[in-house]
Order: sequence, then C-alpha cells, then structure tokens
Amino acid sequence: MRKVKFGVVVFPGSNCDHDAYYMLKHVLGQEAVFLWHKNSSLEDADAVVLPGGFSYGDYLRCGAIARFSPIMKEVIAFAKGGGVVIGICNGFQILCEAGLLPGALLKNERLRFVCEFVHLRVENAATRFTSECRPREVIKIPIAHGEGNYFADSAALRQLEQNERILFRYSSPGGMITPESNPNGSVSNIAGIMNSGGNVMGLMPHPERASDPALGFTDGQKIFNSVIKSLMTRNRLNEALSVERS
Amino acid sequence: MFLAKITITLRKSILDPQGKAVLHAVESLGMKEVREVRIGKYIELKIDVETREEAERIAGEAAGKLLANPVMEDFTFEVEKLE
Repeated sequence: MRKVKFGVVVFPGSNCDHDAYYMLKHVLGQEAVFLWHKNSSLEDADAVVLPGGFSYGDYLRCGAIARFSPIMKEVIAFAKGGGVVIGICNGFQILCEAGLLPGALLKNERLRFVCEFVHLRVENAATRFTSECRPREVIKIPIAHGEGNYFADSAALRQLEQNERILFRYSSPGGMITPESNPNGSVSNIAGIMNSGGNVMGLMPHPERASDPALGFTDGQKIFNSVIKSLMTRNRLNEALSVERS
Repeated sequence: MFLAKITITLRKSILDPQGKAVLHAVESLGMKEVREVRIGKYIELKIDVETREEAERIAGEAAGKLLANPVMEDFTFEVEKLE
C-alpha cells in the first residue's frame, strides 16, 4: 500500500520543519518532502504541514509575511480544493493570517514566552485530525510560544462552537477547562481548531515533539495517525475507483 | 513622491497586556493621572506616484491587506507630499 506523502513547508525562520519531517518519515514511516517557500509546487503531497518557528523573524506580525510566500498560493488553492493542511504553532499563525482559519493569535496574556507540557482535552474526536483519540480524552503535548493567545470575535467563536470545530482546549490533567490550565489567555481555552470543510487544522501545541517513543511521550502520534488513517482510506478508495474505471 | 504615515492600533475590544504593563511603569513614575496605555505601530511608506489620491489608495490597500490584521487591529493614515 502506498504511503501517505507529507509536504513540510520550509520558510526562512522555520525551526520545527526537521522535527516534523523526522517524525513523519522516521517515526511514523510515511513519505515526507521539504517544500521550500519559493517553490510553486506541492510535489503531489497528500497533505501539507506548515511547521513551527519564526518565519521571517516574526516581523510585522507572526505569520504575516510568510502568508505571502509564493508557495502559499498553492497551499491556499490546495486547501480550498479540500486538501489536508496542518499548521503547527507558527503554522497556525500563518493559516490565520492567510484567512484559511478564523481569528488571530495575540501576545500571551502574561507577555512571557511559555515552553512547557500542557494538557489538552479533545473536544471533537470525530474528525480526520482526532479520530485516533477518544472523545474528551486528555493528551499531553508541549507548547513553546510567545504569541499563542487565540482570539476570535464572538460571531466567529459561536460558529466554531456550533459546528464543533474546536478540536483541543487547554485543560487540567483531569480534563477540567479552568483558567489555571490556560497558558496564554486564549479565549475559551482554545488550543486548536479546524476550518468549516474539516480539512485544515491549526494548533499551537507541538504534536511532533511528543511522538518519538525515545522521548517518552507519544500522545502527538494520535493526531498524525488520525490524518494518516484518513488519507490512506481516501487513497485506497481512489485506487479502487481508478481500477474500476480502467 | 508622497509619504504615508500609517498608525495601527489594537482594536478596542482587545486587551493590551503590554499597554497595561507600561501603565504600571508610568504610574510608578508618579504620573497618577494617566488612565490607560495602548500600544500600537507606526509605519511610513514612501510612495512614488503623481497624485495624492493614488498615494492614498496604495496606502489604504497596503494597510488593509498586509500592515494591519483586521481581526485584531484598526488603522488610520495620512498622506503628505514630499518636496
């Protein structure tokens, strides 16, 4: 069976691109390629990852300049056509700047860069990004950001809530959504969301840093394995259809 | 040639923790009269066009599409002619 091919976009200033590549290729055994931001091709990737880092030094606003990189034209067209796109940390910021996800990421409420493990409650386990998690499961994944304070106006927030597009909320280890478990001031403790089509996800925590068993934490695998499973099913269906047609 | 002076501020509905921290520092300087501090950005663009209208159009477009993020920021600008 064909492996899932991930394209990991590399912007000047990306610094979690190798982590994502290593995890997808060497830990999870899938195919992975780097996509330089000046490329105008996604090289037939099944899914695109916008990795964490400080693209363009976070100049102007986090993600504001990366959003205009040549490859983003392709990423936006890919996403609008239903392609799977995952934005992690800076990648989440870029997806918001590009208008592929609603809202924006402001400076952390306490103005500090926060680098620590957090607990996330899975709010919707019936998506292609979370199907390997149990409903309301609490997973442990690290964050590392200074600007992860998710903000959306009340209309956008209502839409996210009503359509169950909030995927992860910062919680206590027991799964309680409390102000104490909110590391950055995000509205409603939001850590990750998806678009209305269910094919674009952004999250501030770093699942790629909690996926290698050698590090002792593997909860991040659940997110990538969900995506891999959904894409394998899709690829198998497409192959079966093309055999039937030929 | 025109100079566009663009001011970007956080929208009123958004908390400005940076401004709050600065307010505390201002207070500790003894200026108890200061009630609020909000921090924004100031950006200048030199624009090589013939008319003020054209310069305003370009400044507005640059601010609306790139320099400010309408989700969290408002902007104003003024354009002056450079000799």
